[in-house]
Amino acid sequence: MRKIVAKTGNEAMAEAMRQINPDVVAAYPITPATEIVQIFSNFVNNGQVDTIFVPTESEHSAISACVGASASGARVMTGTSSQGLALMHEILFVAGGLRLPIVICEVNRALSSPINIHCDHSDTMASRDAGWIQIFSENPQEAYDQTILAMKLSEDLFLPSMVTTDGFIISHAMQKLEMYDDKEVKDYLGEPKTPFNFLNLDDPITVGPLALQDYYMEIKVQQSKFINESKKKIINILQDFNKRMGRNYKVVEDYFMEDAEYAIVCLGSTAGTARYVVENLRKKGEKVGLLKIRFYRPFFDEQIMDILKNLKGCAVLDRSDMFASTGGHLFNDVKSALYASQKHPIIRDYIYGLGGRDIDIEDIEEVFKDIKEFSTNKNEEFVKYITVRE
Amino acid sequence: MKDHFEIRWHGRGGQGAKTVALLFADSALATGKFIQAFPEYGPERMGAPVQSFNRLSDREIFIHSPVKNPDVVVVLDQSLMDTVDTLAGMMSGGILIVNTKKKPKEIREKYKIDDKIKVFTVNASKIALEEIGVNKPNTPMFGALVKVTGILDFEKMLVDTEKKLKLKFANKPEVIEGNIRSIKRAYEEVVSE
Repeated sequence: MRKIVAKTGNEAMAEAMRQINPDVVAAYPITPATEIVQIFSNFVNNGQVDTIFVPTESEHSAISACVGASASGARVMTGTSSQGLALMHEILFVAGGLRLPIVICEVNRALSSPINIHCDHSDTMASRDAGWIQIFSENPQEAYDQTILAMKLSEDLFLPSMVTTDGFIISHAMQKLEMYDDKEVKDYLGEPKTPFNFLNLDDPITVGPLALQDYYMEIKVQQSKFINESKKKIINILQDFNKRMGRNYKVVEDYFMEDAEYAIVCLGSTAGTARYVVENLRKKGEKVGLLKIRFYRPFFDEQIMDILKNLKGCAVLDRSDMFASTGGHLFNDVKSALYASQKHPIIRDYIYGLGGRDIDIEDIEEVFKDIKEFSTNKNEEFVKYITVRE
Repeated sequence: MKDHFEIRWHGRGGQGAKTVALLFADSALATGKFIQAFPEYGPERMGAPVQSFNRLSDREIFIHSPVKNPDVVVVLDQSLMDTVDTLAGMMSGGILIVNTKKKPKEIREKYKIDDKIKVFTVNASKIALEEIGVNKPNTPMFGALVKVTGILDFEKMLVDTEKKLKLKFANKPEVIEGNIRSIKRAYEEVVSE
């Protein structure tokens, strides 16, 4: 039977992991993601899952153990954040290249230096090119649902996935959560699936061999083509998930966009606050909307272009900076998506909330005011830093 | 116009400000409300000032920004009022509940609190020491909060809290009984002006 419970983002992800029942979890603790694997290790200890839990001495080792286990046919998960994800960086590309269905529960946190334990998206953005699916969660419910969904996507598509929540804002915030029955999740996922089994002696294979000028390029182009084709499959798998589980998720989510003149595009928990602001401004008759990017990788550029092309002004909220003088990650992706359109809105980047700096209702209202003004009179920079001391 | 009922808890590291916010949210959920509970994470140390927050609503809560204008402020340790701006952002009609030996009138005079804010006090530390044996004023303050705001059904909340404490302290029945007694006492003993 389904249950209504109160859970934090971390608890919700740990519960999803319990229901997924991975064969192997290898992890190293890091704030604010520690609780996920800590709670999960209790499930292991209590015999509630069949998992082999491997406490490693670093995140590099944790993800390496995940790669080894996944290449041997096991269902594999881990959890990490920030410097931990950064330390995994090298091996993320190995998992992507081998197309291993590993799922990471990732809690978005700023990268050093200076040291900071709070939320921004720098860590996840820095790993966006590793060939992983990346899904952002607005609240604990989405974190829970999307962890289960990610396992399905990974095993159906043979792509690794990371599901992210915003550090502390979601990871440590308790909200209402509808949990599926254990059996529902078990039936939904079925048996673990991996592309090959390294340990199968009847079918000996080599994993991760050398491919130089002769074949490397072909292999990489195949990887790229597959990820391109996977977009349609992701939409189908998501629709099937919605039907089975009673959800209404889309790869990118438009809110009041049909007749909107100005809109915000954003990721994660801020989408919730922005939806609240849009609702209130709509009551006052303002034609504003919201586009929440649920799947950041792969990037659903056509859907995004379609939804945004008729706007007058488009405000992208970035919780990360590329330090390239061209704004944040999401801004650059959205701007590229709009280039393919005949018509496109004025677009401005608003970099906010780095290192956990608060983003309030008033800040988002201010963004709507600013984009309106900027669309008619763009005499300032295209990249604006907000929630920052002058 | 406010669509959410918002609470800010002030405590010192170790007093259970985070735990009580989670407990309160969990109990409110059981009565059918939409809830949020979240702590403010700083460099926490035992005894250092900490805050935690609740949002309650009859409809789904989308906001993930901090609570700025709380309807209720609960202070788990009166001495915090000397150093922390516990009244920050409070609006007219707001409710302040303080764990202290003092009467509400004394608190109002000592901290020059505006007439538009309603002040309540209860000696939650004394109750906790007598009933649980440790100075953990968080659960008694939960009882006082429910009394003052009337936001939850007290009997339902007691049954629900007992259930949750039983899960948490399966091996320590005396802790469960002590907590329930201290919630009931604070519910009775909290006073207004």
